[in-house]
Amino acid sequence: MATMEDQTSAPVGVATAPARAPFPYRRMFLLAAVAVLLVAYPSLFPSGFAQNVGVNALTFAVAATGWNLLGGFTGQVSFGHAVFFGAGMYTTALFVMNGMSPWLSMLPAAVIAAGFGLLIGLPCFRLRGHYFSIATIAVGEIALTVAIDRSWVGGSEGLTLPLLDESLWNLQFSLRDLTQYYYVILGIFAVVTLVSFLFVRGKAGRYVRAIRDDDRAAAAIGVPVRRYKLIAVALSGAITAWAGSFQVMHALFVDPPSALDLAVSIQIALIAVFGGAGSLWGPLLGGWSIIFIQSYTSVHWASPGRPIDLLIYGALITVIAVVEPSGLVGLLRRARRFVNRRFSVRGTATPATPVTVVGDGS
Amino acid sequence: MSSSDTVAAAAVDETDTARNVLEVEGLTRRFGGLVAVNEVTFSVQQGTILGLIGPNGAGKSTLFSMVAGEQQPSEGVIRFDGRVVTGWSAHQAAAAGVGRTFQLMRVFGSMTVMENLVTAAHLRHRGTRAARRVAEQVCEELGLADIAYHQADSLTAASKKRLEMGRALATEPKLLLLDEVLSGLTPTEAHEATEIVRGINNRGVTIVMVEHVMEVVMSLCRHLVVLDFGQKIFEGTPDVAVHDEAVLEAYLGS
Repeated sequence: MATMEDQTSAPVGVATAPARAPFPYRRMFLLAAVAVLLVAYPSLFPSGFAQNVGVNALTFAVAATGWNLLGGFTGQVSFGHAVFFGAGMYTTALFVMNGMSPWLSMLPAAVIAAGFGLLIGLPCFRLRGHYFSIATIAVGEIALTVAIDRSWVGGSEGLTLPLLDESLWNLQFSLRDLTQYYYVILGIFAVVTLVSFLFVRGKAGRYVRAIRDDDRAAAAIGVPVRRYKLIAVALSGAITAWAGSFQVMHALFVDPPSALDLAVSIQIALIAVFGGAGSLWGPLLGGWSIIFIQSYTSVHWASPGRPIDLLIYGALITVIAVVEPSGLVGLLRRARRFVNRRFSVRGTATPATPVTVVGDGS
Repeated sequence: MSSSDTVAAAAVDETDTARNVLEVEGLTRRFGGLVAVNEVTFSVQQGTILGLIGPNGAGKSTLFSMVAGEQQPSEGVIRFDGRVVTGWSAHQAAAAGVGRTFQLMRVFGSMTVMENLVTAAHLRHRGTRAARRVAEQVCEELGLADIAYHQADSLTAASKKRLEMGRALATEPKLLLLDEVLSGLTPTEAHEATEIVRGINNRGVTIVMVEHVMEVVMSLCRHLVVLDFGQKIFEGTPDVAVHDEAVLEAYLGS
């Protein structure tokens, strides 16, 4: 074994690296703080405007969490997630119109969306990069056209849900106070974030990130690339469908533009990317900020064509693309690094101590 | 240490010839009118290091890709571990025990060195803890421990090549395909890398290496296959190769 021991001592004699990553106390603290804030939000901001922002932010945070599994962690950028959102909206609408509880529709909605995901993935995953993204736009447009055409989903007039007794089982509450809706969607958000976390932290998560970084290298270490892409799109679709299921209970109405328009797909993708693609925090941050901007501009600077929020969107996308491709999460990380350096809080907190690192991007 | 391995290997052999891990027969790959690899036949004995050399464009990397399942042969047969595996896919090859590196480095850039290795170790170990144990071993063995928590993107070329070897090793392969892991390194780095390759081989891993640095090939390989324009022009020991007329012609021109 002499030669091998030589190897371990051969490279430049630097201080030994930590044997394992330290326990993430800071992250746990952050998690607890955010959870408290989210739970307290309706009491802190009781206005109708704030409630609306909260419910919509969390709805789209759920949708973006689904998108993030495929677009962020697996690196397959989709502009067709309205298909899954719409699948959730329509499935739940049809269940409720046939006298069943919306909760019972959640499982079939997820299964149908996962099935759509596989159907889309089988042909589209033959394409890579931008070509895949373009194909997903086409899929979304097909879904929109089909929904307008088919009368059993209400055609272009859409479906209106019946008003039921207000109860958790019926997922209908007083629309004057959205607090109950808020807590329901907060619960759904917690569940899907936990599911994402469990998916991302283990073997499956490492495999999809390997695919994102380099699919040829991933195959060379034994990753069945196609299978893992299909798993990712199925799970991604199922989660986004749940956002749709909730959305239709809150709106009590679904028609093709509100469910399947390209704008819905872009909204979902934008929220994930703006917040931070490939980070579990991304959808939450993106959801709150984008929905807030959107609601604020449409209330305060309302005009018939609503061009202001589109302008702001465009500016935001440009800023993100130029300044920080990993979104708000990236900006916050950068701020933390800055603070750490400035005040040398736990000098070794950032694992990549620049010994041989040439430049770590900052 | 290698003697015990050799004894063990010899004991397993029942036939008089040593067992072949890889056998390639009449392997051909055409791209339209171009024949990149033309009816190449050779075999690799268990526990040895085979050098695959030849001028640029000789078809070495294409041959590698076919063995590793990344490209499909137009004709011919590949046998791995006694089983016909012609036309398998890359992940099947990896699962069966073929590890490889890439000529142009392909590390998982957003991950740390350790994560790269853990991901590779998942091929044989489902759980994170077990995969991590393998990754830590590989880290030690390849001298990657002090950069274990650096992001792979930020590594030097030499470290990336070492990480590629480590990643292949973390899949616990029987056969390792090394595509120019020594080119472009400084003499010191190249020397270290040579010792690493030797160490891996001493553990009983069979190796096929594409290499340009002749000194290395001479010191590591007991057996050489020389390709030129897709055809095998020589097979034998390195000291015979350097006097072979066809080989000299291919390298130096007539």
